[in-house]
Amino acid sequence: MVTLEDLNTPIKNTWCPGCGNFGILTAVKRALIRLSLERNQVVLVSGIGCHGKIVNHININGFHGIHGRVLPLANGIKLVNPNLTVVGFAGDADQYDEGWGYFTHAIRRNVDMTLIVHDNMVLGLTTGQTTATSRKGFKTKSTPFGAISPALNPVAHAIVSNGTFVARGYVGEITHLTRLMVEAIKHKGFSFIDVFQPCVSFNKINTYEWFNQRVYKLEEEEYDYTNRQKALEKSMEWGDRIPIGIIYKEDRLSYRDNLSHIMDVSLTQLPTEDIDISSILKSMM
Amino acid sequence: MNINKISLMIGGEAGAGISRSGFLFAKACLRGGLQVFGTNDYQSLIRGGHNFYIVRVDSEEIFSQSESIDLLLALNKETILIHKDELVPKGGIIYDGEDFTVSDEELGREDINLYSVPLRQIVNKLKDKLIVRNTVGLGAIMSLMAFNLDHLIGVIKDTFNSKVADLNVKALKMGWNFAQKHFAEDHKYQLSEQKIVKKHRVFLNGNEAIGLGALRAGCKFYVAYPMTPATGLLHFMASLEREYGMIVVHAESEISAINMVAGASFAGVRAMTATSGGGFCLMSEGLGMLGMTETPAVIMLAQRPGPSTGLPTYSGQGDLRFVIHASHGEFPRVVIAPGDVEECFYKTLEAFNLAEKYQIPVIILTDKYLVESYEGLKVFDVDRIGIDRGRYLRGKDYESEEEYQRHKFTRDGISPRAIPGMKGVIVRTNSNEHDENGYTTDNPELTIKMVNKRFRKRETLVKDLENYETVRLYGSMRADITLFGWGTTKRPIREAMKRLSGEDLKINFLQIVYLDPFPTDKVRKMLQLAQKSIVVEENKTSQLSSLIREHTLMTIDHEILKYNGRPFNPLELSNRIKEVL
Ligand SMILES: Cc1ncc(C[n+]2csc(CCOP(=O)(O)OP(=O)(O)O)c2C)c(N)n1
Ligand code: SF4
Ligand SMILES: [Mg+2]
Repeated sequence: MVTLEDLNTPIKNTWCPGCGNFGILTAVKRALIRLSLERNQVVLVSGIGCHGKIVNHININGFHGIHGRVLPLANGIKLVNPNLTVVGFAGDADQYDEGWGYFTHAIRRNVDMTLIVHDNMVLGLTTGQTTATSRKGFKTKSTPFGAISPALNPVAHAIVSNGTFVARGYVGEITHLTRLMVEAIKHKGFSFIDVFQPCVSFNKINTYEWFNQRVYKLEEEEYDYTNRQKALEKSMEWGDRIPIGIIYKEDRLSYRDNLSHIMDVSLTQLPTEDIDISSILKSMM
Repeated sequence: MNINKISLMIGGEAGAGISRSGFLFAKACLRGGLQVFGTNDYQSLIRGGHNFYIVRVDSEEIFSQSESIDLLLALNKETILIHKDELVPKGGIIYDGEDFTVSDEELGREDINLYSVPLRQIVNKLKDKLIVRNTVGLGAIMSLMAFNLDHLIGVIKDTFNSKVADLNVKALKMGWNFAQKHFAEDHKYQLSEQKIVKKHRVFLNGNEAIGLGALRAGCKFYVAYPMTPATGLLHFMASLEREYGMIVVHAESEISAINMVAGASFAGVRAMTATSGGGFCLMSEGLGMLGMTETPAVIMLAQRPGPSTGLPTYSGQGDLRFVIHASHGEFPRVVIAPGDVEECFYKTLEAFNLAEKYQIPVIILTDKYLVESYEGLKVFDVDRIGIDRGRYLRGKDYESEEEYQRHKFTRDGISPRAIPGMKGVIVRTNSNEHDENGYTTDNPELTIKMVNKRFRKRETLVKDLENYETVRLYGSMRADITLFGWGTTKRPIREAMKRLSGEDLKINFLQIVYLDPFPTDKVRKMLQLAQKSIVVEENKTSQLSSLIREHTLMTIDHEILKYNGRPFNPLELSNRIKEVL
């Protein structure tokens, strides 16, 4: 079983002091420990952006992939070996701009893995431009007169795309976030958490203070996350109050559970030698 | 009289089952011990338009279709008007005279034998939607060729369920009977059974041969997004997903496909994807990631003429330079171009071995004419190429004092490959430049070391390839003319050589099978021996010529190029070779 020490790496962390990514890093490590997973059972996959560096800071199997393509890469890993716990980390630009197409399709495909989006509503690593979740009017170097398009709503989209586990977290609520991650990883199927992650350097609007004033936990209200219609309504709540927690959850067979011919066998266990193709050849005679 | 040398064309509108009929006929001839070659020509539409399928049958070895047609089964008048001039003198047309008439004026010639068969009337008599006019036509053709009908009946029974098969056999026999009655003495184009080569021959196309190669290589993960002409491979693999314990995914895009391949391979299985040029453009980014992360992968690119959507259902060789250079940055890769269906099988096995041995992407470069044309072949020797998984630490736990490092520096550049899930290892890789542990780095010294490590693999690979058939020579070492080519042109080139063998002219042909790393020494040697060198290629800029010049510093004397989407036909090619002289 992993300990916090096992998870540390010798790599110097270069996130800005106060960056919301630290909260995600802490929560992930705690969740992995709480789940009593062995280190060799877990694979972390990340995209490109400040968020992507997280793979350098957790001493676990990892694939630091390319911008926007976390999901197909992570799907490939999990489809081959169902015994692995696969967790993907993407940025808001990474997933909702460059990788938007894969988002909907991965949700639909329902491969048993977890996606955590570090949603700071800005492109961090490229020094502060507008992303798909930046609010309308957001002024940056790429949109000096304010963003013209309204922000998209990843949580609502995930529900509409037939998501089976849709949640929102906030790094200002680490215990709550850790619990969400534990639930998400335990979920059989594709689980998704959009995490509010303040970028202290480039997003002066959506700050800790801004979130602290608005965020509330669904667990503290009477809320049934199994009702899809209600969940969709809840996902659109935005303004003075913004909900965090599990917004929608249902049970549905994962992609691999539909493949009865391989059940839960890792494809790596199957032989590559002496594969018999004679019956196909015979049918071609 | 035309015995055991027949070229049959079936033509008509799309959706009329033309390819299927051609396929059935060819397979019947194959079972009769004859050599067969089948190729199709279709447009990018589903109904209407003009489609045709050519089957060439011979008792001797053949490599491609021929330039002329002996018999034409025309399902509409347009087919006749388009192809009338390709018919040999005294060629025959089977058509339905109750559907449309044909006059000598329309044909512009008087030497054609017209065989009107009431195709539609017979179909109507059978009152079943499942029956097509072609089947009746096939019956008539078999009668005209005086070929044992049992082979075709056997093929039909093996292909369809019993109800459909019975109906088809009925239609076939009605066509046969009609022809027997009306054209009994007219056996100008005869086929007769050959006993010698009868056994163990298969009829398949390039896509299927590549699929078989992948299965035999132990590929466990195939993912693709449909794109002509590679779609056939997706269909083939998907149909076998369950039987072969694989996962076959129809992904949402080629970008998704190549990233899934990367994930699957990182997780530890042999993985593959295929596409055409447009899809490969989307894969370029992922290709570089495979190179950087040292992840093995096999990618098949079946070319069609570009740029952009180009001629979606036709053939070309415009992507050679592209696949050699695709993606930014520098990294080792292998590009292999099989030239016929048999090579499609064996080269796929080699591709999987090289991908894993060197932990690099390997591209199998084909085209529409290669992957969609059928050849009758000897059954493959499935043991000729064994499985070599390279330095893959498979099925074991990691037991060493030393910490495992995915990108460990080694003398030959190849690091031992562990997979996630193995006990005792952390497997970490990175699309950023990285250290031996896979952690991101921008250290200048380390960068040089890592780049050199990846290119040391290439040096090792180049040495290894000396043991591979990276080029193939047809003909003797010395000749008056030396042809150079790659991929699909091999078949018409060999056919043209057969045709020119009667002339007082010695020709040989060097097929370049491995295009990257380029077999420089072998090519240079042939160039030095060549009296006159000619590159034959299906593109505008003769990419092979420039590649040869780049590597050997020698120039090619002549280029024979074609870029209208249609493969060379043997007569055309032999004439163009003669023109050069
Ligand atoms: C294909 C491609 N386009 C652009 C970039 C440049 N780039 C690097 S990081 C990044 C976006 C970062 O934004 P986000 O995903 O929100 O991550 P954050 O830095 O905010 O964590 C971009 C566009 C890239 N690496 N690859
Ligand atoms: S730029 Fe923003 S997201 Fe990136 S490290 Fe700094 S605070 Fe964090
Ligand atoms: Mg961001």
